Amino acid sequence: MNANALVTRVRGQIPLLVTSVLLVSMFTVGSAQYDGFFSGQVLLNLLIDNAFLLVVAVGMTFVVLTGGIDLSVGAVVALSTMVSAWLVERHGWPPLLVIPLVLLMGTAAGWVMGWVIHTFEIQPFIVTLAGMFLARGLCYTISIESISITDPSYTAMAQTRIPLGDLFVSPSVVIALLVVAAGFVVLHYTRLGRNVYAIGGSEHSALLMGLRVGRTRTTVYAISGFCSALGGVLLTFYMLSGYGLHAVGLELDAIAAVVIGGTLLTGGSGYLLGTVLGVLVLGLIQTVISFQGTLSSWWTRIVIGGLLFVFIVLQRLITVRRR
Amino acid sequence: MTTASTTARAKALTRYRLFWPAVVLAVLLLANLAFTSDFFAVHIKDGHLYGSTVDILHFGAPLILVSLGMTLVIATGGIDLSVGSTVAIAGALACLHISEAADPASPGTVFGAIGIALGTAVLLGVANGVLVARLGVQPIIATLILMVAGRGVAQLITDGQIITVTSEPYKLIGGGYWLAMPFAILLSGLVALLTALLTRSTALGLLLESVGGNPVASRLVGIRAMRLVGLVYVFSALCAAVAGLMVSSNVSAADGNNAGLWIELDAILAVVIGGTSLNGGRFSIGGTVLGALIIQTLSTTVYTIGIPPETTLVFKAFVVITVCLIQSPNFRAEVARRGAGRRSVDRPRPATTTNREVGA
Repeated sequence: MNANALVTRVRGQIPLLVTSVLLVSMFTVGSAQYDGFFSGQVLLNLLIDNAFLLVVAVGMTFVVLTGGIDLSVGAVVALSTMVSAWLVERHGWPPLLVIPLVLLMGTAAGWVMGWVIHTFEIQPFIVTLAGMFLARGLCYTISIESISITDPSYTAMAQTRIPLGDLFVSPSVVIALLVVAAGFVVLHYTRLGRNVYAIGGSEHSALLMGLRVGRTRTTVYAISGFCSALGGVLLTFYMLSGYGLHAVGLELDAIAAVVIGGTLLTGGSGYLLGTVLGVLVLGLIQTVISFQGTLSSWWTRIVIGGLLFVFIVLQRLITVRRR
Repeated sequence: MTTASTTARAKALTRYRLFWPAVVLAVLLLANLAFTSDFFAVHIKDGHLYGSTVDILHFGAPLILVSLGMTLVIATGGIDLSVGSTVAIAGALACLHISEAADPASPGTVFGAIGIALGTAVLLGVANGVLVARLGVQPIIATLILMVAGRGVAQLITDGQIITVTSEPYKLIGGGYWLAMPFAILLSGLVALLTALLTRSTALGLLLESVGGNPVASRLVGIRAMRLVGLVYVFSALCAAVAGLMVSSNVSAADGNNAGLWIELDAILAVVIGGTSLNGGRFSIGGTVLGALIIQTLSTTVYTIGIPPETTLVFKAFVVITVCLIQSPNFRAEVARRGAGRRSVDRPRPATTTNREVGA
């Protein structure tokens, strides 16, 4: 490998490096500043509290890699919690039937959006915006109030602790990490994954190469829909309720995690592991703010906005130089 | 012959850009008549106009303002997601200034508050404009930053509380009456008129459409696209700020959490319903005003019929997707092919090439 290629390679990793440094330094500063911050459980709690965001962000990474965007994820998460709670509590359906049904519903919703985007060449954000309206609206047609869940298998999932030495994680964390692993394998070791990167790099070239652009794009939105529905199931375990106002603004958090994780918003370049780091950074911001105690919750939004700004400008600088 | 000329005239009418939005609005209004028999009645009480139609205009005024700014942004091929946050920030700043002033009712205080709000809006607009025009960030992402952070800033300003103010002159902007009409209607009407004049009686509208339609070609003919695009984001932020003043003045309070929440989506919807193409390159001020009124009427209808107001979202979803499908050249080609069967098919022209107003 010659020096030039090496420089190009390293340059592509800059956002990822910056995110890693940010994560480590935030944790170091937090540990120095606050008592009880430096512990493995604080790190694991990041995963426990953000398992659903992690799953949703994995789906979002697929979409953003193709150069698209999915604004419907938060609403699909809310709809999944609502449908789960409604079927389990009001109709007494067994969870083992409800959960696959919800996952199927999310996947189908994503597939339809992807199909509309590709077939009629409408911008992804407006189609998924309509999907967002529809899913949120459907939540309220089920019930305007929050439905709490008392089903024993759901409460068991919420309370189970998987011990890791002195520490513990929740089953949701295991599921989320499995999703990350599956996403990693699909993106880097399958034809679908290659197609995703190819379409994001240049849709036109991908088409000329004979890649199945339409099918890949539909699949990508279906994956995002599946991940949102699974995120919804995990959120149901976490919240033990279904509510139309759950996960408001989650789409923004997911996009922020993907961007902070170093995926280019124009598509074609990025890593799933970067997204994991992005989710951890977002979680760490919240943890620091809750440890600080005097800072109010809205600082989370301001800091996330600031980070988004820095990373987007960084992305621009990198892509401009590459040309 | 007469039937032929009538159909020709009908065809010309349906092709008129504002025809379909106007029909939808009329149908919605008439549908209300079925539920409330005195829907169109307008009374004069204490020298003020009252009635359902006045209410629709009154409560729709902030949305009309935000949509006007959004129209011009979309005309250049962009999008502004940050307007909701700008609405919240403007209202919060103005109310904070008034609540801390020694004399909340003095005109000086109120003008100071308005000045602070509008000045901040210009800064926010410039920030968006620089990101989009100078750094070349995709508009949806650039304005996403302010959408996320701006809501936090608004909560920071109000300290997470709802700031209430008692100021008679400030109340005028959103809740007061002038010449028997709610002042908010007059204000948004004036802004709409000025925008229409500025874009259609000068070359500004043409330039905006050319930048949105084909940025490269416009640059080659010597249009300063960068400055124009930046300006459009400032205008959008200003419109949002005035809407923010209106919203907070109407309830005499600033709520950092909920003021202007989701208004960016409603505004985009209004613009799209009004026939402005999301791909940029053509816009219609009149269409946007009609679109905003359609959305407000929809909300009002849902309230009067007694459907849970949250389910309006479902209706909106169907409206968005229908309008977008109709705008999509692929969809129209598909429909034309199926409808015409084996007969000769005149292929519909892509939406972007029908810039009749530009040619005039």
